[in-house]
Amino acid sequence: MVDASVKKKRVLSRPVWIMLSSLFLMIVVFLVSMDIGYIKLTPGEVFRTLIGEGTGKQNLILFDFRLPRIVVSVLVGAGLAVSGTILQGLSQNSLADPGILGINAGAGLMVAIYIAFFSAEGGSSLFALPFMAFIGSGAAALAVYLLSYKKNEGLAPSRMLLVGVAVSAVISAAMIVLTLRLDPESYQFVASWLAGSIWASNWSFVVALLPWIIVLLPYSFLRAHVLDILNLGRPTATSLGVHVEKEQLFLLAAAVGLAGSCVAVSGGISFVGLIGPHLAKRLVGAEHRALLPVSAFLGALLLLIADTIGRAVLQPSEIPTGIVVAMIGAPYFLYLLAKTSSR
Amino acid sequence: MRHSMGRSQQPHGEVHVKSRPLAAVAVIIGGLVVLAVGLALSISVGAADIHLSTVWQALFHFQSSQNAQRVVMDIRLPRALGAAIVGASLAVAGAIMQGISRNPLADSGLLGLNAGAAVALAFCFAFFPKIPFIELIFFCFAGSGLGALLVFGFGSMAKGGLTPLKLTLAGAAVSALLTALSEGIALYFHLSQDLAFWMLGGVAGTNWTQLKVLFPFACAGILVALFLSKSISVLSLGESVAKGLGQRTLLVKIISLIAVLVLAGSSVSVVGSVVFIGLIIPHVARFLVGASYSWIIPCSAVLGSILLVYADTAARLVNPPYETPVGALIALIGAPFFLYLARGKKVGL
Repeated sequence: MVDASVKKKRVLSRPVWIMLSSLFLMIVVFLVSMDIGYIKLTPGEVFRTLIGEGTGKQNLILFDFRLPRIVVSVLVGAGLAVSGTILQGLSQNSLADPGILGINAGAGLMVAIYIAFFSAEGGSSLFALPFMAFIGSGAAALAVYLLSYKKNEGLAPSRMLLVGVAVSAVISAAMIVLTLRLDPESYQFVASWLAGSIWASNWSFVVALLPWIIVLLPYSFLRAHVLDILNLGRPTATSLGVHVEKEQLFLLAAAVGLAGSCVAVSGGISFVGLIGPHLAKRLVGAEHRALLPVSAFLGALLLLIADTIGRAVLQPSEIPTGIVVAMIGAPYFLYLLAKTSSR
Repeated sequence: MRHSMGRSQQPHGEVHVKSRPLAAVAVIIGGLVVLAVGLALSISVGAADIHLSTVWQALFHFQSSQNAQRVVMDIRLPRALGAAIVGASLAVAGAIMQGISRNPLADSGLLGLNAGAAVALAFCFAFFPKIPFIELIFFCFAGSGLGALLVFGFGSMAKGGLTPLKLTLAGAAVSALLTALSEGIALYFHLSQDLAFWMLGGVAGTNWTQLKVLFPFACAGILVALFLSKSISVLSLGESVAKGLGQRTLLVKIISLIAVLVLAGSSVSVVGSVVFIGLIIPHVARFLVGASYSWIIPCSAVLGSILLVYADTAARLVNPPYETPVGALIALIGAPFFLYLARGKKVGL
């Protein structure tokens, strides 16, 4: 019994410790990021502005430009990482990620259609975007699911990845047809959005994204134990009283909703959903109760770092975050690929 | 692997791969006829329909004073020929890759070669906007080489060797990386729509200067492929079989890979990224003529030309007067085909 309690204590404390330290790192990155930008604010100035003693200019920079963007980065990073964790858990494949599976591409296509036919400027469209993205990502996920399902074998994880590659290719083709029709200005807009600019530099984007995150993140955390049970295999899960199909469907919907709403705000950011869960798994092990929140924190930290790098490297212009993430993430994916042994 | 079905070893060490030479000859001759019809169609239809007799006159009694004849000579003919050459190059590149990597899902677009060439293009557009085409094409070779190196490098580092799944995933990741790189360059230098038009514009805007550069490279690549086709057939039976028969597998692989790079790189430099031709065509060819690459490669060349010439014509007709990017059109045919292969037994999933 002593053994069990010691073990339990470790399971609980280590994740908390990691989450606290990534929170601390996020604050550090936040301060660094404030200090390197086109207009710099030293940590002291940031602190004074935060407690309400800043000048008008400092208030403007902090509250109207930087802070919303940072909040969006954190939310999107967390959302994508949790979505990736769920997808990896469900498919039992460590290479699953909303980007690889075509879910982001689906969301992107719907958003591009929306931008092409309606304007992105109006106030109401902001809240419509996540819904459009959700429809798109849902359709893509459904396509991947149906196409990789075989009657006698069920879902083979690796087939799912290949199907994802193909579905992404089809969606990109459709996207190409669409974007070439756009006038140069909308084109530039869609292109930089697709490349994953955190262009959401105002609070309304935070507001548009927040409900999705507030509902879906806790929901995923609550269902974490189900993911663990599902990992034991279908017969075991069924005998433990888990309604396998239903739980899979709900969890998948949560993952798709998270990915879709994040993509709607941030554009095409791949690989966060891959890296976040992986680092988390290395740090806290495969138990989802700890894994999900830790990967949320790590995803948030990762995207914040990527956003900061994207802003800092080529001043005064910016590299879209999605590109920075792809440059970090793709090599990591390749490294994982090289390490994973063949089935 | 599928290839093993048609294999039987002869006592004196020659490998006999099942093939159907008669069918192959029929495919090549029939294909050339279909291709000729396709070229004629491609020249005569479009935003301005041009009568075939005018085409004939333009070809053999050219008078530069006549507008229609000039359209034929300056716009339509190079475009049609470009489509034919590029289609052949991409199909042969795909056939070689499928043969030497024993991977039914190999294609220059899926394995990162096209994305590599695209990075090279973006790089040139950004830093040497006035570069002549003949130099541009070498940058494209280097770019495809980079893409191939990354994909095969990482793929072969994998435990358990180069499985089709690993190669495809490595290809997807490397493509994502390289595409991010070229998007970054394009966005930074404000040339993303230029680059997009180049990458997706297909064979529209092919001119004689490009053709003159493209043609020798494509010919050289295809000839090398034909010359190596016997060795590729042997290699497609497996590395150990090939070694057992005394083949210098590394040498064959290196030369074939160079041929692939030349074919894919020069194609991308002209038409941008067209994925899936190199995937579909060799499979169709293999289905028609059997497993011998001596026949698969020439048949792929003919069939690839046909596919791209007809697809390009169709792309002009789908939504006139706009052009639908031919790459997108082919992806819409190719991706389901890819799915069919991925769900099949051959991939070993």
